[in-house]
Amino acid sequence: MAAVQIALPLPVLPEGWSGERDFKAIEHLSHATDRNIEPVGPHFLAHARRKRHKRTFSEDDRIQAQVNVKKVEDDDSGEISEPEDPLMLQREAKDWKGQDHYAVLGLSKYRYRATEDQIKRAHRKKVLKHHPDKKAAAGGTEDDQFFKCIQKATEILLDPAKRRQYDSVDEGANVEPPTKKETQKGNFYKLWGKVFDSEARFSKVQPVPKLGNENSTKAEVEHFYNFWYNFDSWRSFEYLDEDVPDDNENRDQKRHVERKNQNARRKKKTEDTARLRKLVDDALALDERIRKFKQQEHAQRNKKRLDKEAEQKRLAEEAAKTKEEEARLKAEKEAAEKAEKLESKKAKEAAKNAAKKNKRVVRGSVKEANYFHSAGDVPAAQIDFALNDVDLIITKVDNEELAALTSKLSSKKDPGEIKQIFQEEVKRLVGAGKLKEGETKSLSA
Amino acid sequence: MSEEIDSAQRVAIGISFGNSYSSIAFTTSEGKAEVIANEEGDRQIPSILSYVDGEELQGTQAKAQFVRNAKNTVAYFRDFLGQEFKSIDPTPCHQSAHPVQHESTIAFKIRDTAEEAENTITVSEITTRHLKRLKNSASEYLGKKVNAAVITVPTNFSDAQKTALSKAAKEAGIEVLQFINEPVAAVLAYDARPEAKLADKIILVADLGGTRSDVAVIASRGGIYTILATVHDYEVSGFKLDQVLMDHFAKEYMKKHKSGGDPRENDRSSAKLKLESEAVKKALSIGTSANFSVESLANGLDFTATINRTRYDLLASKHFAAYARLVTHAVEKAQLDPLDISEIILAGGNSHTPKVASALRSAFPDSTTILAPSTSPTSINPSELSVRGAAIQASLIQRFELEDIEQSTHPMVTVTPHLSHAVGVLCISGEESSGVFHAIVDAETPLPVRRSAIIATPREGGDVLIKLCEGAGHIKVTKPEPKPKKEKEEKDSDDDDESEEEEEELREKTWKVGKVLAEAALKGVKKGAKVEVQISISASLDVNCIFREVGGKGGVRGLLAGPKLVQNGSA
Repeated sequence: MAAVQIALPLPVLPEGWSGERDFKAIEHLSHATDRNIEPVGPHFLAHARRKRHKRTFSEDDRIQAQVNVKKVEDDDSGEISEPEDPLMLQREAKDWKGQDHYAVLGLSKYRYRATEDQIKRAHRKKVLKHHPDKKAAAGGTEDDQFFKCIQKATEILLDPAKRRQYDSVDEGANVEPPTKKETQKGNFYKLWGKVFDSEARFSKVQPVPKLGNENSTKAEVEHFYNFWYNFDSWRSFEYLDEDVPDDNENRDQKRHVERKNQNARRKKKTEDTARLRKLVDDALALDERIRKFKQQEHAQRNKKRLDKEAEQKRLAEEAAKTKEEEARLKAEKEAAEKAEKLESKKAKEAAKNAAKKNKRVVRGSVKEANYFHSAGDVPAAQIDFALNDVDLIITKVDNEELAALTSKLSSKKDPGEIKQIFQEEVKRLVGAGKLKEGETKSLSA
Repeated sequence: MSEEIDSAQRVAIGISFGNSYSSIAFTTSEGKAEVIANEEGDRQIPSILSYVDGEELQGTQAKAQFVRNAKNTVAYFRDFLGQEFKSIDPTPCHQSAHPVQHESTIAFKIRDTAEEAENTITVSEITTRHLKRLKNSASEYLGKKVNAAVITVPTNFSDAQKTALSKAAKEAGIEVLQFINEPVAAVLAYDARPEAKLADKIILVADLGGTRSDVAVIASRGGIYTILATVHDYEVSGFKLDQVLMDHFAKEYMKKHKSGGDPRENDRSSAKLKLESEAVKKALSIGTSANFSVESLANGLDFTATINRTRYDLLASKHFAAYARLVTHAVEKAQLDPLDISEIILAGGNSHTPKVASALRSAFPDSTTILAPSTSPTSINPSELSVRGAAIQASLIQRFELEDIEQSTHPMVTVTPHLSHAVGVLCISGEESSGVFHAIVDAETPLPVRRSAIIATPREGGDVLIKLCEGAGHIKVTKPEPKPKKEKEEKDSDDDDESEEEEEELREKTWKVGKVLAEAALKGVKKGAKVEVQISISASLDVNCIFREVGGKGGVRGLLAGPKLVQNGSA
């Protein structure tokens, strides 16, 4: 920021003013307020740089200046770093067709990507180094062969038409397609990507679609292969022509050579197209994505069927399950019924036994009661009567009543009491209408 | 586009994404910001998306759909982004698709496909689609695929809103390099002009938009900006001006066609009325009269009318006064006086209206420059200010790594102590006894700072005393007297050549001398020589000063320690 200009004059130093080294600190500054500055604009960036690297104003100025200077130097020294092959330096200028023009200029890592500016600068550097006058001054021989190579290379590379011809046959820029074995190791995209990048330089249509990676969509992949199957190449093979003889030679000979060249070019072009086609075929065959997409498509088509099948299977399983369940329930039920039957049979038998026992007790009690005879020996008729009556009663009562009767009779020994119990029983039975009055003669009295 | 873009392959543009309009800009190789026109030739692209039978329309085409297809037209959605349903104001969407609550966010129910069924599209999805369209327009114009942007946001945009916007942009394939505040972008757009001079000034940016107005007071100190105060208003807006015209023309229409009915009561008529009113408003900013003409406004009746600017100014005078009040309120909020404001930048669509500028002109002293199309011929189009600023910022940072940008915008770097008082020297005016304060470093300057000043010496040379002191701004109210006043000091520090032609004023800004910080003596100054004073104030308030004669050797150096450690030092 420009300095503030103040036109009003400063006061004159008063008499008697003194300070240590002419400076006197009196008070310190008032407290500052913390605020957010807006992270916007070039001056903020400078501020951020200073603050982050803890630089002062002057330090930052110096470092920035250095950074700027360095950039220029870097730019200048970029292209010449390539070492020169001693074999190349010994080349004869007349063999220019065989020379690698980019290598001669030290641009072999750029090749078809080298810009015109780069070529010009590379040329200048090479000239400064290899100029025959310089070599002569250094005491060397007057060998200007490599210098001529440089001139030829520049001439070709700076002429767009010639450069294109040379680029068409520039072996150094070709990338050999990887073998099947190499590809199968798993770096398909990396290996083939390079091949296609290098082939892409011949395309009349730019930009050329990229090979992509395993995540590319179907559309991208299809576009890629369509592009390469309809590849429109500018590659031509004039550069490899045989030299046409000078005018003063035989005209027929000349025409013959020209025709030969034409044919050779055509042949090479056809070969090149076939080569590219095969290359794309190979790549397509090895491309995992194609298989993946086919599978996906297949899966898509079969999805409905598979879904249906799965549904059916599920239904069948469910049906089997329910059947099993039913069978199980049935079996359980049967077992339970069987057990119940057994149980009731047992109970019946027990009841039967009990009834038998009760009957015995009741009959016994009749004997106890002296066959309901008042005293003394009992006449046989009375015994018959009493037993018949008791049997009648027993037939008329059911098991529970019998059990009740038995319990009443069981502890009684006195014939009167027993008789009374029987009489009560008869009365109850008569009341219930099971027995007729007077049917039990022995008990009526 | 999920992977991070290499900073070398980044193509960054500036995007201004507003509620009503959006714009896109890039920076040319000469460092000039240029606003990109979309396929329809619009530089102000309405932030509206409309769907007709599954076809997506954007911008002006979508805006035209307000009339026929309002339910499938989404507009004014910027402020809904990253908000909860309960905290949004859906008023502006009255004539388009209404926002509805959808899970924790806001969505619109529209038919965006050819099918009959309505789809629920979240606001974030809408934003993504809108940004995608902007990106494609820019890519087509530049011939390169745009993949990064600096986006401007209002100063009260919350972090949640920024995150949501950043996410939506990412979905659209745009990496957001930075969010910058709209008013600051406007200041940057002015400061990036080649003729702009770096100066310490206080700038007021009034952004008068369609749905809201924002005012910010910004201190610009050596190209570093600090926001001192902001005011937001959702009432004082361009819609209100449209409403004034709508009401006016609706009444005219009813007067002309007694049986016509009120066009405002019918959705379609009201939409037509609104679109045409907005067009009339724009026309009145350029010409002094404008034609309003709508075919079949209501009940199949055509309507044409003419309005002149004076009429419009009268009708909307209430709103213009509200603008002026809003701006003055912002100045008060920053605890400043209108005299402190050296520039007013008018941004936003409604700043084209001449009356807005003149209303502010009368509210501020003459020393304040108002940068609006009607007051200054060199002003930049107010609608393009923030997008230009964003484009400039984008060109500045597009080669940086994202991490670098993040670190630079971290509060560790941006929170800076600011001087609470100006620091300057005492000079003498007429009488020798009383000094006049001259600021070298103004108040609210972020620290650390380094400034220098060149001061004249007494005519005969000799020994001089340099008093370094603090000064506070003070508004002096004086009655008009024939005696010539002192010049305004604020102006001195900005202008290189000092002149005494300041006119008499009732109110003026003077400096009150605060405490004296240090004194230094410079001995044996030559006749007519000047003294250079250089002050560096560190973040811990240490003051390092150097006093020397211009062109001379040696000089006096002094160190004034910060408030914690007070000690004298010299070197």
